[in-house]
Amino acid sequence: MMRRLYNFAGGVRLKEHKRESTSSPVGRTQLPQKIILPLHQHIGVPAKPIVNAGERVLKGQVVAEAGNNISAPIHASTSGTVLAIEDHPIAHPSGLPARCIIIKTDGKDEAAGGYGAPCDTSALTQEQLNAAIKQAGIVGLGGAGFPTYLKLANEAKKITTLILNGVECEPYITCDQMLMRGHSADIVRGLVIMQRALGIKRAIIAIENNKPKELELMQEAIYEAGTPDMELVQVPTVYPAGGEKQLIQTLTGKEVPSQGLPMDIGIVCHNVGTTYAIYRAIAFNEPLISRYITIAGSVAKAQVLDVLIGTPVSHLIEQCGGNRKTLSRVIMGGPMMGFALHDDEAPVVKTTNCILVNSVISDVPLPSRSNFSLPCIRCGACADACPVGLLPQQLYWYARARDFDKVQDYNLFDCIECGCCDYVCPSQIPLVQYYRYAKTAIWQQENEKTLSDISRQRHEFHKFRQEREKQERELRHKQKRQAVDGASTQDNKKAAIQAAMERVRRKREHSDVTPKNIDNLTEQQQKLIEEADARRKKKLEELKPEKITINTSGRESE
Amino acid sequence: MKLNTPASPHVHGDTTVRKMMLRVLLALIPAIIAYSWFFGWGLLINATIAVVTALGCEYLMLKLRERPVNFFLTDGSVVVTAVLLAFCIPPLAPWWLTVLGAAFAVIVAKHLYGGLGYNPFNPAMAGYVVLLISFPRDMSIWLPPFILSELDFSLPATLNAVFLGVFPTGYTLDALSAATPLDLIKTQLSIDVTIAETKSAHAIFGDFGGIGWEWIGNWIFLGGVWLIYKKVISWHIPAAVLGSLFTVALIFYLKDADHYASPMFHVFSGAAMLGAFFIATDPVSAATTPMGRIVYGIGIGILTYVIRVWGGYPDGIGFAVLLMNLAAPTIDYYTQPRVYGHKRS
Repeated sequence: MMRRLYNFAGGVRLKEHKRESTSSPVGRTQLPQKIILPLHQHIGVPAKPIVNAGERVLKGQVVAEAGNNISAPIHASTSGTVLAIEDHPIAHPSGLPARCIIIKTDGKDEAAGGYGAPCDTSALTQEQLNAAIKQAGIVGLGGAGFPTYLKLANEAKKITTLILNGVECEPYITCDQMLMRGHSADIVRGLVIMQRALGIKRAIIAIENNKPKELELMQEAIYEAGTPDMELVQVPTVYPAGGEKQLIQTLTGKEVPSQGLPMDIGIVCHNVGTTYAIYRAIAFNEPLISRYITIAGSVAKAQVLDVLIGTPVSHLIEQCGGNRKTLSRVIMGGPMMGFALHDDEAPVVKTTNCILVNSVISDVPLPSRSNFSLPCIRCGACADACPVGLLPQQLYWYARARDFDKVQDYNLFDCIECGCCDYVCPSQIPLVQYYRYAKTAIWQQENEKTLSDISRQRHEFHKFRQEREKQERELRHKQKRQAVDGASTQDNKKAAIQAAMERVRRKREHSDVTPKNIDNLTEQQQKLIEEADARRKKKLEELKPEKITINTSGRESE
Repeated sequence: MKLNTPASPHVHGDTTVRKMMLRVLLALIPAIIAYSWFFGWGLLINATIAVVTALGCEYLMLKLRERPVNFFLTDGSVVVTAVLLAFCIPPLAPWWLTVLGAAFAVIVAKHLYGGLGYNPFNPAMAGYVVLLISFPRDMSIWLPPFILSELDFSLPATLNAVFLGVFPTGYTLDALSAATPLDLIKTQLSIDVTIAETKSAHAIFGDFGGIGWEWIGNWIFLGGVWLIYKKVISWHIPAAVLGSLFTVALIFYLKDADHYASPMFHVFSGAAMLGAFFIATDPVSAATTPMGRIVYGIGIGILTYVIRVWGGYPDGIGFAVLLMNLAAPTIDYYTQPRVYGHKRS
């Protein structure tokens, strides 16, 4: 029975450029001299290194453990010696370096114990499967890099449908296609493991209709595996059909709620690469240390390579016959959503699916945007192309005006940055850049607001504390006073004064010292005192107010 | 080694504003040929005057506003404005009328509002309406079809008429001119002549509209359909303009065919076809959401009918477009499409 498909709005048809890299079989990379493993290759917190510089590590050995519950461990891709744990250029749009474990390879490719040993998967329980997937460091290989075990937890039984994404809609990228071509049976086995981990039966495998060969191979693999719960669906070739939200819409007609997750509508999506990695991890105890990557563009031989995670991009470019000296632009990912690298020494990571090379000599036929853009003429081509149903022209208008309230009214945060609007814009306006700018500015404003909220709360608590302490102090004083007051009545007071006077009197009587006060003065002393008093009096007389003349009528007399 | 790091997307489609404008001009060529076939050289002369004036004004304004001149001058938008304006000016109108209209369109309606992309009103229609209000007589002297070819009114003779106001001996502009079908029906109705009587008494009526005019309408329609096919314009506005004009005309026609012209007559007369496909679809001043475009188009269709039938002018497209231009931002605001993942309301 054919599944009814639902078209998502908009989208664009792009030149595929996939034939170049799929005409030859998947190659292996030569071992690079250095492996650079960034600690942050996934969504969540960075991994924590558990090796030290100088230490020898083996292939498959954990070199950094998961930072917390939303994180993934990192394994050495080959054997060698840890050179350093330091900042190194990584693949990030910002171009900022980040902490990496740098391993000098020794060429022996010596594996850690148990690596590659076949295991019996059928006995494992749901929890054991999930723990093994977590320990293997598997994250979403489609691009986002969300730790996979989190998307396979289904204790609440909310997830009912598993979608396997083999769409790969961006031009040039072919790693998933080649994986399906070479390992269709393993992908189906991996899918069975995922079904077991989730405790569900229903799975849909989606492949774009520009890959008939892979579709057939997958069909055979499903047939041979005897898994009738898997439904293979051919989806139309429109960019971005492989976007998670668009794929869900195409297959089910349902929409992921705004700001929500597919899980909210009982669906979970996984990439075919992830599924293959899960199969290798569970069946052969192989953690995620390599993946398929397409190298295309201005290279002598565009192809898909099986690449060790941590291999420098420059190493791959050279292996495919690219000239490092003439590079003009290196894009990690596809031409629509990939980002340009600042440094080709950056290593490939778990989420890298494509390296697209541009050189100054023979630029890949990428009709790129001109440097100037005309004003928006409100033609609405962007709105027609937007797969989310936004009004990109309005978003642009308000983003440019820095009207961040309005831009959110027009649902800026539903933008998936697929680049369709930008691609079709006749004025060649870098629309996506404006949206990124607006998003960043809004996040920054919100951060600042949070910070000021925190400091306001702090200030208010400070005031409250001062007030509280004052009250406490007063209360204490009052209690003390009451304690004193309560002990003495009026009579007691008098008696106490009497007793005190009595004590002084007795002390004086018994004392040998004659007090030097005015009680017992000699005549001479008395006289001196009187003289002094007279002088003082005289002085006071001189200072009497009537003797001081103040001319208050000076002005009038003139 | 320094790598370039532009932001994604790294590829771009091949549509440009210039290409869109060129396609609009291409789509107008059949209609221009048909127009010249029926009414002589006038349109081509007017169009040339308008284009030269408009380019000159554009250059001047770009200089004054310190904008990159070549970059904007070659985008083609000003040429489209000029040609559309020329379509709305009578074939033998004096040259200064066209110059004035084109200058107003470019200087005031376009550049004083901020240039390409910022003008709230359709510049061609603003220029047209200014001429229509200021020089109603000059703007309403139209020609009957074929009169110039019958009289052997050659290109030099037409140039003489346009630039010098000199006509061949024995002819005056008034003698040459004739009312357009829309105008004729309107004036005849005002003296209680029914539409059927008017049509049988005058030889200018064809199958739907006026002889000649309906053919020009056909070619404009084909050009417009080609523009929709090429995705330069969307179908919403033309369909809404013509659909609403047709529907409203049909209602009144069915009620009283003696006093209300047929819907086909309305659709094929005056500037309805040109307005629906080429003028109302000016993206800058039109509504931009799919639903909004339909509302905007319906507004133009209804207003056109109202002005034609009950207003003071024989045709109403120009006013209808400008009035709906005013409403476009509001229409856009209230017709935002539902965004993915948001509740259906």
